[in-house]
Amino acid sequence: MSTDTLARRPASPAAAAGTDRGRRPRRWGQITSQVFLICASVLWVLPILFALYVAVRPYSDTRTHGYVSLPHHLTFDNFRQAWTQSDLPRFFWNSVLITVPAVVIVLALASGVAFVLTRVDVKVNVALLIVFTAGNLLPQQVIITPLFRMYLKIPLPSFLSGSGLMYNSLFGLVVINVAFQLGFCVFVLSNYMKSIPGEMYEAALVDGAGLWTRFWRLTLPLCRPALAALATLLTTWIYNDFFWAVTLMSSGDKRPVTSALANLQGEFVSNQNLIAAAAMIVAVPTLVVYVLLQKQFIAGLSLGSGKG
Amino acid sequence: MSSAVSQARTPAAAPDGTGSPARRRRGVRGLSARDRVVVALLLGIPLLLDLAFVWFPAIGTVLLSFTKWNGVGGLHTTTCKPNLPSILNNGCVYGVQNYHQAATIYPEFWPAVRHNLIWLAVFVLFATPLGMLFAVLIDRGIRGSRMYQSMLFLPVMLSLALIGIIWEFVYSQNFGLINTVIGRDGNDNAIDWLGNPRLNLWAVLVEATWRQSGYVMVLYLAGLKAVDPTLREAARVDGANDWQTFWRVIFPVMRPINIVIMVVTVIESLRAFDLVYITNKGVNGLELLSVLVTSNIVGETQRVGFGSALGVVLLLISLVPISLFLHQTFRREES
Repeated sequence: MSTDTLARRPASPAAAAGTDRGRRPRRWGQITSQVFLICASVLWVLPILFALYVAVRPYSDTRTHGYVSLPHHLTFDNFRQAWTQSDLPRFFWNSVLITVPAVVIVLALASGVAFVLTRVDVKVNVALLIVFTAGNLLPQQVIITPLFRMYLKIPLPSFLSGSGLMYNSLFGLVVINVAFQLGFCVFVLSNYMKSIPGEMYEAALVDGAGLWTRFWRLTLPLCRPALAALATLLTTWIYNDFFWAVTLMSSGDKRPVTSALANLQGEFVSNQNLIAAAAMIVAVPTLVVYVLLQKQFIAGLSLGSGKG
Repeated sequence: MSSAVSQARTPAAAPDGTGSPARRRRGVRGLSARDRVVVALLLGIPLLLDLAFVWFPAIGTVLLSFTKWNGVGGLHTTTCKPNLPSILNNGCVYGVQNYHQAATIYPEFWPAVRHNLIWLAVFVLFATPLGMLFAVLIDRGIRGSRMYQSMLFLPVMLSLALIGIIWEFVYSQNFGLINTVIGRDGNDNAIDWLGNPRLNLWAVLVEATWRQSGYVMVLYLAGLKAVDPTLREAARVDGANDWQTFWRVIFPVMRPINIVIMVVTVIESLRAFDLVYITNKGVNGLELLSVLVTSNIVGETQRVGFGSALGVVLLLISLVPISLFLHQTFRREES
C-alpha cells in the first residue's frame, strides 16, 4: 500500500478504466506489492510442487536422502503402482457415478424452482427462497445425526443399493449432495433470472406460450452462462466432498475417490511416496478444471456472492 | 465474468430497468390448469427433497438432543429414570441432560469449543485480511496480477482431504520440508508438527489459512470489480490517497460482499472437519465440535441424543451469520 499523496490533476481515461493509475509511477508501492505477491505465490504453490516432487522419486531414494534432496533418478513408477495396487480406478468410477448425476439433477431442479419463484406469484416466494438459501448455509454436522439414522432406515430396491438401504449406496450420496446444494443454486439462478427483462416474457405471452415453454424455451437458454458456471463449481465441490462420503458410507469399495484417500493412507503407510502419487492422481480432475475452466469456476463463486 | 459483475450491484446503483418483478409476477390464479401442474411439479419436487433431507434432519437434531437413545429400538415420550442401567433407559426423554453432560463431564467438549474459537479467530484475523489484501493488490492491476491470482487461487480447487495429505510432506517429522530446512530432522530433536498436541492445531490452521485466503480473495475481487469506477475517480479528484480511498470510499460500499465473506468465514470455521480428520481423525489436540458430532454417531458407541446436542450447539452459533446474511439479502424484497 503506497501512501504518498497524489497531485491533483484531471482524471485520465486510463485511470477511469482502473488500470495504470496515473502517469507518475509510484515506484516503492509497486515494488513492495510485487515482492509481496511473488513471495506469497511461491509459498502458495510450494506445498503442491513438493508433494509432486516426492511422488516422482523412488521410495529407496527418499528413504536414504530424505524428501529435501537432489534427485538421483525420477520415475513415474509410483503413479503406476498407486493406480494398480489399490482400487483407485474403481473409486474414480464411483466419483463419476455420484458427481455427474448429482450435478445434472441439481441444476435441473434448481432452475425449475428459481423460475417459479421469480416469475410466478405463489404468495410465499421470498419465504421459499429463504428456506432454500438457508438450507445450504447450515453446517453439515447439524443435520448429520438424524440423516445417518434416516439412511439406516430408508429401504431401497436392490438395483439402487447392494445393501438395500440408503446407507452405503451411491444413490444415497447423490440424494444428499443434490439436496444440500439445491439452496445455493436456487439462490444464484433466481438472482440471474431476475435480470431477464420482463418484456421478453410479455412477448412470449402474446404469442400464447405456456408456462413450460417460457421456462424451457426462453429462460433456460438465457441462463446458459450461469448454468455453465454453476456446473463447473458443483462438479468440483461434489467431487471434493469428503464429509458425506465418510459419514454415510462404510469404508468399503463404494466410496468416491476423495474419501477413499483416507483408506489409502492406511494401505500405503509404509511407502509415503505412493501416497503422494495417489494424492496427485486424485487432484488431476480438479486441476484440469482449474486449467481449462478457472474463469467459469470464479464466475460461479462471484455469482453466489452477488446480491439478491 | 461480465454477467457476474452485473449481478453484484453496488447499493449506490439504481435497480436495473426491468421494473419490479414482484409486481409483474402473475399469480397462480391467472394460470391455466396445465400451467398449475407445471408450477406444482417445478416447485414441489425440489421443495420436498429440501425439506426431507435438510430441514427435517435439522429439526430432528433439535428434538433428538432432548432424548437419550442409542439408535436401537424406538423412541418414546416417557422421562428417563435416573437410577436404571442405560440399556433399560433407552429412547426416553432426557431433558437438557445431554447439554449438561457435555458442559460438565465430557472431557473433549471445552477443548473442542476452544479449538473452534481459535479456528474462527485465525480466519478472522489472518485468512480473511490476507485474502482481502491479495484482492486489493491484484485489483490495482500491477504487472503479472493474473498470474498471481491463478497461483493464489490454486489451493481452492483442491479438496481439503487432499490438502491435509499434501501438507504432511511439508510437516513430516524426519524427512519433511520444514524440519530439513531448519535443521531439526535428526531423530532426537525433530519437531513433531502434527503429532504434538500443542503444535498441531496451529500447523493445521496454516493449511486452512492457505486455502481460505485464496477463497476470500476471489470473492473480494468480484466485489471490487463491481465498484463504480467513478467513485475512485471522485476520491482522487478530492485528493485522497490510496489508503484513504480504500478505507473511506471503497470499503463502505462493499458492505454486501463483506457480509458474504463474514458468513463464509464463520460457516467454514464451524464446518471445519476434513483437515483434522485426515490428519489424525481429530484427536490429540485437534478436537473440533464437528468431529465430536461425528464420532458420537459413526463411532462404536451410538449416542444419538448426545451427538444431536452437540449439533444443536453448532446450529445455534451458525444461526447468527445466517440470519445476518438473509436479512441483508432479502430485506428489500419483503417490502
